[in-house]
Amino acid sequence: MKKLLMTTALLALASTAQAEVKVGMITTLSGGGAGLGIDVRDGFLLALAQSGRDDIELVVEDDQQKPDIAVQLADKMIQSDRVDVMTGIIFSNLAMAVIPAAVNQGVVYLSPNAGPSQLAGRGCHPNYFNVAWQNDNLHEAAGAYANTAGYANSFILAPNYPAGQDALTGYKRMYEGALAGEIYTQLGQTDYAAEIAQIRASGADSVFFFLPGGMGISFLKQYADSGVDIPVVGPAFSFDQGILQAVGEAALGVVNTSQWSKDIDIPVNAAFVESFQAEYGRLPSLYASQGFDTANLLISALEKADPSDNAAFRAALREADFDSTRGEFRFGPNQHPIQTIYAREVIREGDVFTNRIIGVALEDHADAYAAECQMD
Amino acid sequence: MIRERHLNILLLAGFLAVPLYALAVDEPFTITLATRAAILALAAVGLNIALGWGGLVSFGHAAFFGIGGYSMGILAFHAQNYMPLDLGFAVLEGTKSMPVIWLVATLTSALAALAIGALSLRTSGVYFIMITLAFAQMFYYFAISWSRYGGEDGISIYVRNEFPGLNTLAPIQFFGLCFAALLLALWLNARLVASPFGLALNAARQVPVRVQTVGLDPTRLKLVAFVISGAITGLAGALFADLNRFVSPSMFSWHLSGELIVLIILGGVGRLMGPVIGAILFVALDHILGGWTTHWHIALGAILLGVVLFARGGVIGLLCGPKGQA
Amino acid sequence: MSTILIIEQVLNGLQSGVMLFLMAAGLTLIFGVMGLINLAHGSLYMVGAFAAAAVAGATGSFLLALLGALVAAAVAGVLVEMLVIRRLYAADHLDQVLATFALILIFSEGTRLIFGSFPLYLDIPDWLSGPVTLPGGIQYPLYRLALIGAGLAVALTLWALIERTRIGIQIRAGENDREMIAALGVDISRLYTLIFALGAALAGLAGALVGAIQSVQVGMGEPVLILAFVTIVIGGIGSIKGAFVGALLVGLTQTLGSVFLPAFFRLFLDPATAMSVGSSLANMAVYILMSLVLIFRPTGLMGARA
Repeated sequence: MKKLLMTTALLALASTAQAEVKVGMITTLSGGGAGLGIDVRDGFLLALAQSGRDDIELVVEDDQQKPDIAVQLADKMIQSDRVDVMTGIIFSNLAMAVIPAAVNQGVVYLSPNAGPSQLAGRGCHPNYFNVAWQNDNLHEAAGAYANTAGYANSFILAPNYPAGQDALTGYKRMYEGALAGEIYTQLGQTDYAAEIAQIRASGADSVFFFLPGGMGISFLKQYADSGVDIPVVGPAFSFDQGILQAVGEAALGVVNTSQWSKDIDIPVNAAFVESFQAEYGRLPSLYASQGFDTANLLISALEKADPSDNAAFRAALREADFDSTRGEFRFGPNQHPIQTIYAREVIREGDVFTNRIIGVALEDHADAYAAECQMD
Repeated sequence: MIRERHLNILLLAGFLAVPLYALAVDEPFTITLATRAAILALAAVGLNIALGWGGLVSFGHAAFFGIGGYSMGILAFHAQNYMPLDLGFAVLEGTKSMPVIWLVATLTSALAALAIGALSLRTSGVYFIMITLAFAQMFYYFAISWSRYGGEDGISIYVRNEFPGLNTLAPIQFFGLCFAALLLALWLNARLVASPFGLALNAARQVPVRVQTVGLDPTRLKLVAFVISGAITGLAGALFADLNRFVSPSMFSWHLSGELIVLIILGGVGRLMGPVIGAILFVALDHILGGWTTHWHIALGAILLGVVLFARGGVIGLLCGPKGQA
Repeated sequence: MSTILIIEQVLNGLQSGVMLFLMAAGLTLIFGVMGLINLAHGSLYMVGAFAAAAVAGATGSFLLALLGALVAAAVAGVLVEMLVIRRLYAADHLDQVLATFALILIFSEGTRLIFGSFPLYLDIPDWLSGPVTLPGGIQYPLYRLALIGAGLAVALTLWALIERTRIGIQIRAGENDREMIAALGVDISRLYTLIFALGAALAGLAGALVGAIQSVQVGMGEPVLILAFVTIVIGGIGSIKGAFVGALLVGLTQTLGSVFLPAFFRLFLDPATAMSVGSSLANMAVYILMSLVLIFRPTGLMGARA
């Protein structure tokens, strides 16, 4: 697919002397976090293919989820591929390693996943756009949902690293009840028996957890088996389409918060889900929707301005004049999304586990750091 | 068979020629790759002093690499945010000056190597391998939860640090600095091996009893080698941080310790240029295979396996014959 | 903190300890008899988990899945031993480290090539799921009790195998004097292959058993590998008994450390600081334990003198 696109793009370059746009995508395609990067990439490629534009050349590279590799690839794309636009990074720590330097060198960066708070607040930059969410958003939505569900005594846990600390802060920002307990687990931890025992003993009426990737799978399986039946809330990261099948029944009925869902009832989204499934033979995840939206945002801006005219191109991006799979989408003053975040419930459709929207957690939600952003 | 001396000169000349050629044809990324190879080579030269000549298989040299990196990260972080560093007993300004950063990186990693070495040298063999790993892991987990300096996110430094009289942002000039540091370390390594200390160390590795009978303490000899080794790897860490303008706990990870060992074995253990060949090959393979398929790790694994099974003594052993022959 | 909670946490520590033992036992045997550092042991753990997930997906039977894991890991072990490891017994530790490091790369990427990049599904069978009530009113998952039982049973079998059978005598002799047993007419290369297969099968079994309550994904063997090394080093390399004691110590330290260290610091620090100091220290606890053991007993708790 990648090769095909690149060859057609090159052919286009050879036949017509059309201005070519170079896009560099650094994403995680190997190792434990590869599923996320593959979904973002595939969503992005799908949108490019559907646009029918052959003047966009895409360079895709695998960061192996290692910050130093990501920095090296960014150097390569900026110095030798001379890309105009960059995108693709999944993990916040890699984003923090790459984005500040890249946007300062005049490259426009569109984030399809990571949204660290520094880049939304004091570290915001006119060349940086986030098309997914600020990191705290889905956790804030989980806190808001906990209020509407009437929870008053939450037990909260996350891994002991910056994104984990942000998650608990985000939840507490919206949640109004008391805390039955607050735990930081080890990053990469696989056994949660000790934490589950503490949850059982705490007298909590709800559990909020942020455990991305394999950690979430382990936690949910062990939680379901422990016999503790306190309701669980979490951000969508532990319930995306790629992971759910590995969790299985243990996830049924769990409420999670997401800005996108397969069943958002608008034509754009229905077409996206259908074409993604036709192209790749699997259901799209929220990451795939974010990759798809990122590419469509890019294409919408390219129709109005050329990246060589930086100011005009940024203005075109800020308009966000594209049909998002999540419905309404616009940028706030710090170029992060203002959007609706839904509460979803895990259900079974045939023999596939998936999500269904059960309500709105936060409407037209902007992030908490926008006020600190001084764009010059 | 090629004479090892000739190979060494050829290699260094080639190492210098590639980035110069890249400069001429305007391929700045090739210079970045060469810089990366030079820095990894420097780190491995440091490890090779402990591993090749002292016989100390340290599986925890990432600790020193990371300490060097964090020395740069912390000093530059305070300088870029205009926030003095309060140590409790003294208040320090941060700095963006490379020489100062290098000095701090070398000293702190030497100190750490002294402490880790003194404790670890109570053990030997596989136990030594594992206790050095344990110390590196402690630093790794500490760095991950050290929220003041970014925890797992690490620290981004927006502009490369300064060296008097040079524009370090120009890739070729920064390469020059790293290459000079590598040459200096190689020279030091060669001098060290030929010195009375080096001879005693060599003897301490092969027949510790004989060293003892002439009144030298083999453990102390090894400790000195370990400290020098840690200091050089620490310097490499500071340069690596400047190359990426970024430090993170992954600099402390056991993968890195393993990679440094792999570089040395690939090139040739206890050979002066072993780490240099290993680093060049590793960076080149990473770049070429990585651009070729996302499953390139299989190919890398197969190549490494081939080296172990069919090219004992690494690339230098293959080209120049076993150690001591040329 | 109530007594019930403490007992429950001790059980949790025991459970992770006995699973660690399955990994550590093979590692320590292979090192003790063949003098080989096998970094690829974690890959065999992963092979076991993936094989179990594949068999369970195809047949729906958990017992068949366990059998599949045992067979797959043992076969992988035999292949690796015959193709690669066999040439490394005479080599020094460095070559072994490089070769088995290369094997990790090949196994991980190969698994991803076959099974894709998404985690696989493997679940506890119905007849072992859910909690049971223990004396004293402790609610504890049945599956974890079964893990403790299975681990202890394997430990006992292994002990009997080594102490009471002919093969056990050869293994013990091999640990003491390799040349001698070859001189006595034992087919040493067959013995080595057998031990390697046994170690691999134990790792695969651990992967399958633990895989049912964790995420079956590429790279899952690496953290366990490091812990298993810590375990055998604490216990003394080559000693099965040492591996058992070491595994329990590591399991208990990890579990209890993560619970009680934050609680301990809460006694004299504010809750947020206590939480972060406590959990950082808990992450480092096993490594601190290991370096303390080695500083005072440089060859581990039950290791022979170097």
